[in-house]
Amino acid sequence: MNAQPGVSLRDIKIMFGTVKVLEGLDLEVAPSEFLVLLGPSGCGKSTLLNAVAGLVEVRAGQIWIGGKNVTWEEPKDRGIAMVFQSYALYPRMTVRQNMSFGLKVAGTPAAEIERRVGEAAELLRIGPLLDRRPSELSGGQRQRVAIGRALVRKVGVYLFDEPLSNLDAQLRAELRVEIKRLHQQLGATMIYVTHDQIEALTLADRIAVMHSGVIQQLDTPARIYREPKNRFVASFVGSPAMNFIDGAISTQASAPVFEGGGLRIPLAGYVFAADVPAGPATLGIRPEHVTVGPAPSAFEAAVEIVEPMGADSLVWCRTPGGTAFSLRLSGEGGIRPGDRMPVSFPSAAVSLFAKADGARL
Amino acid sequence: MSAGNTAIPAGPRPDRTSAARWGLYAFLAISALFFLTPLYVMIVTSLKSMDEIRAGYILQFPAEFTVAAWTKAWNSACTGLNCNGIKVGFFNSVRILVPSVIVSIAVGSLTGYALSLWRVRGADVIFGALMVVAFIPYQVFIYPLVRIFSMAGINQTLFGIVVIHTIFGLPTMTLLFRNYFASLPPDLFKAARVDGAGFFQIFWSIMLPMAVPMIVVAMILQVTGIWNDFILGLVFAGRENLPMTVQLNNIVNSTQGERAYNVDMAATMLTALVPLAVYFGSGRWFVRGIAAGAVKG
Repeated sequence: MNAQPGVSLRDIKIMFGTVKVLEGLDLEVAPSEFLVLLGPSGCGKSTLLNAVAGLVEVRAGQIWIGGKNVTWEEPKDRGIAMVFQSYALYPRMTVRQNMSFGLKVAGTPAAEIERRVGEAAELLRIGPLLDRRPSELSGGQRQRVAIGRALVRKVGVYLFDEPLSNLDAQLRAELRVEIKRLHQQLGATMIYVTHDQIEALTLADRIAVMHSGVIQQLDTPARIYREPKNRFVASFVGSPAMNFIDGAISTQASAPVFEGGGLRIPLAGYVFAADVPAGPATLGIRPEHVTVGPAPSAFEAAVEIVEPMGADSLVWCRTPGGTAFSLRLSGEGGIRPGDRMPVSFPSAAVSLFAKADGARL
Repeated sequence: MSAGNTAIPAGPRPDRTSAARWGLYAFLAISALFFLTPLYVMIVTSLKSMDEIRAGYILQFPAEFTVAAWTKAWNSACTGLNCNGIKVGFFNSVRILVPSVIVSIAVGSLTGYALSLWRVRGADVIFGALMVVAFIPYQVFIYPLVRIFSMAGINQTLFGIVVIHTIFGLPTMTLLFRNYFASLPPDLFKAARVDGAGFFQIFWSIMLPMAVPMIVVAMILQVTGIWNDFILGLVFAGRENLPMTVQLNNIVNSTQGERAYNVDMAATMLTALVPLAVYFGSGRWFVRGIAAGAVKG
C-alpha cells in the first residue's frame, strides 16, 4: 500500500453564529497515526472532527489532508470516511445497500462494489447480515455495518465520532479491540473522538486532551497518564480519578517539601519542570501509586469505605488534615471500614500543579 | 383474619366497571347519536321517493327503497341549463385533485427538506413568511391572484387551479415535512454527505423513503382539503372545470318548483363520499395528520 495521508489543522477557528467554539487550534496527525481527541462533552472535539470531514465550515485557518489543502473541498472529495455515534445507517436500505450507497453515487462499477462490500463484510464478520435492514440488527451489529460502510470507501483517513458511546460495556470492549485490529491491518490514519478515557488510553498512539476548545495536552497515552500537563488533564484521565491535596511547597534545609492536608511530604524524588517554585500548590497522586506499609514518611490512615472491583479494591481514607483520598489494593485483602494502616505518598509518583493556573510544576 | 369475601390480592386486578364509567359511556353514545342523526336522515331521505318525503316523517325508514334519486343526482340532475348530473363535477374534481395533490406534496416536501437540512441563506425568514401567510385568510389573495393569473393567461384553466392549490398548500406541506426532517438524526444527513450524495440524491434516495408516513399524512390532508374546496374552484377553475362542490351548490340552489330533497341528499352524499372514504380508510393516520397540520384547520 502506498503512503498514508497525514492530517494537518492550521490555526483553525470555528464559530456557531456568534459563539466561538475553537480558535487558533493547530494539530498535526502523522500518517498512519491513531489520534484520539479526548474531552468532556462541549469541549469542541466533535466539532473539530466535523470540520476535518467538511461538515462544519471553519471561520479561519486551513485543513490539509495528504499534503492537499482541502479547506474548501466537499466532504466526498477529502479522502475521508466517517463513523457516527448514532450509526446513521439509512433505515430504508439493506446492509448491502447501505455499504454500497457511497460507491454507487460515485459511479463505481457494480463488480467493484460487490468485491469491496464482500471484503469489508468479511473483515467485520457481517457477511450473514448483508440482506437485513438496520432495524433488524443489534447495536453492535449496526456499528459494525457503519464501520463497514466507511471501509468500502478505501480512503486514507477514517474519522470516528464517539462510535462506541451508544453500546453497552461488553460490546464496547469487544469493538474497541476490533477497531484497534483494523488500524493495524489497514495502517490508515485514524482520528477518533471520545469522552471515554479508557478508549483513549487503549486505542491511541497519541491523545489530544481537549477542554473548552483548547488542546490541553497532546502526547502518548503513557505520558498523559504519568505526567499530566495540568490539573484538568490529571483529573480527567484515569479511573478511578487522581487524588488531589491542596497545600504549599517550600524549601526546608535546602530540600523541597510539600505541606498540606496535615501531611509533610519531602519531594526528593520529584522532577520539577523548572526551578523549585515555592508557594501554594496542589499535589496529585493516583490511587494505585499510594503505598501501604511502613515507610519513613508514612502516616496512619483509617479506612472509611471499601469499593471491591473484582481484581482489586478501591479503599477510601482520610489524611490527618481530613482530605479524603482513595488507594488501590490488589485482591480483596480483607480490609474493612475502621481498619487502620500505614500509608505513604512516594514523591516519585506524585504530580504537582500550581494553585493559580493548574499547570504542572 | 376474617374469611368471607375478602379475596387475597393475587394475579390480575378484578375488573370493576364503576357507575361513573357507565355514565361516560352513556354520554359518548348520546354524542355519537347526535352527530350520526343528520347522516342517517340524509341517507334515508335519499332512498325515499318524493311521495314518501312529502309525508314528513324524516326519521322514518323508507317504506320502499329506491335508488332513483342517486342515479338522477349522478346522471341527470340539472345545474342551471345543463342536465348531466353531478358526475361532471366529480370528474372535474378528480382532474383537479390528482395533479394538485401530487404537485403540492412534491413541492412541499422539497421545500421542507431544503429548509430543514440545508443551511439555506435566510431559511428562517422564508419559513417565518410562510407561516405568517398561512394565517392570512384566502379571500385577501383572491383578487390580486386573479389579476396576476389573467395577465399570465392561466386564469380559469386547469393548470391555474393546480397552481393555486399548490401555493395554498405550501405552508402546511412545508411545515409538515420541515418538522419531520428536522426530527431525524442529523448524523444521517452528514453520513450521506460524506458518502458523496448531492442535494437531490439525498432527498430522493434517503429522505423521501423515510418520509413515507408523512407523505400519507400529507395526502390525507390535501385530498380532503382540495376536494372540499369551494371558493378557489369557483374563482380559478373556470366554467369547464368547476369542481364537484360548486356543482353540488348549483344543483341544490338552482331547482325550480318543488325541491327534490332526495336528489339533493343523494348528490350531497356523492360529493362527501371521497372525504368520507379517506376518513374511514385512514384511521390513525388521519389523527396524526390533524396533529401534525394543527396550524391550519
